[in-house]
Amino acid sequence: MSPRRSAFLRGLFSALPFMLVIAPFGLLFGVVGTEAGLNIVEVMGFSIIVIAGAAQFAAVQMLADNAPTVIILATSLAVNLRMAMYSASLTPHLGQAPVGLRALMAYCLVDQTYAAAMIDYEKNPHQSPGEKIAFFFGAVLPVCPLWYVATYVGAQVGTAIPPEFALDFAVPITFLAMIAPMLRTVAHVAAAGVSIALSLALAFVPYNGGLLVAAAAAMATGAWIEAWTDRRRAT
Amino acid sequence: MIEDTAQVWIVMIVLGLGTFLLRFSFLGMIGSRPMPLWALRLLRYTPVAVLPGLVAPMVLWPTATGGETDPARLAAACAAVAMGLLSRNVFAAIFAGAAALYLTPWLLG
Repeated sequence: MSPRRSAFLRGLFSALPFMLVIAPFGLLFGVVGTEAGLNIVEVMGFSIIVIAGAAQFAAVQMLADNAPTVIILATSLAVNLRMAMYSASLTPHLGQAPVGLRALMAYCLVDQTYAAAMIDYEKNPHQSPGEKIAFFFGAVLPVCPLWYVATYVGAQVGTAIPPEFALDFAVPITFLAMIAPMLRTVAHVAAAGVSIALSLALAFVPYNGGLLVAAAAAMATGAWIEAWTDRRRAT
Repeated sequence: MIEDTAQVWIVMIVLGLGTFLLRFSFLGMIGSRPMPLWALRLLRYTPVAVLPGLVAPMVLWPTATGGETDPARLAAACAAVAMGLLSRNVFAAIFAGAAALYLTPWLLG
């Protein structure tokens, strides 16, 4: 087997477990989007054009709350700021690919493909750039197409779910479930605490404007505590 | 309910473009310089800075109950966070939250 083919297959297999994450999230987005009043084209449009779970949920929730467009975009894009960090850390590995391929890889750069690729590039540092690219697309295969399919299925069954199931609460539960495992350090906990406290205290600010202030302050808090902890460890 | 179709499409397309530009940013520029440490630090905290603040009012003052605090939704949020902290598993946390959401009204009769 050629090294590229074996890298592609290694990527494919390493991303297989993520199917267990992607399928239910995609289903849930299809259901929640449909319940919020989006038609099938709009729901699919989100999953194909945006292809970022948390930001899609946030945008749909705020659209349903009739928030202004600028605020919805600022908040959802803030959720996706981490993608720039992913992009920066993959550049030493994938930066030599032709620009068209880099654009395609950028489109497919999600939490799961990023995690799979970074783990493999660190474990097998002597790969050629071609193998690294092949690995990346191998990891894309079980993740991105499934996101579209799961969204479609969710949108089809969405309208059949009665209101007693309190589906409005699927989004908060999903977000909390995503955040809780991330609270590994004091800095993360403090950032989450500042975010909650300020967003509640500023709830009177119209159009979710308080959330942006809360998020900025929370980011600064996390970064500041991390810097402070690093400095203390160094001395 | 979402009624403004034009707004939906504007949000979808601009969010898609913006997200693509974030993903393409560094990968797109060949020979990019390393990001400054402070920028990496700030970016690391974006999910944990945005999502809790987004969720907190939904938990305390849900739209579905007209802004009235609801014991089932509050219990569901606590269960999801507790299970997420304990198990470090997103799906165990979602399951715990859903279980609390449906069991609380039943337990309270």
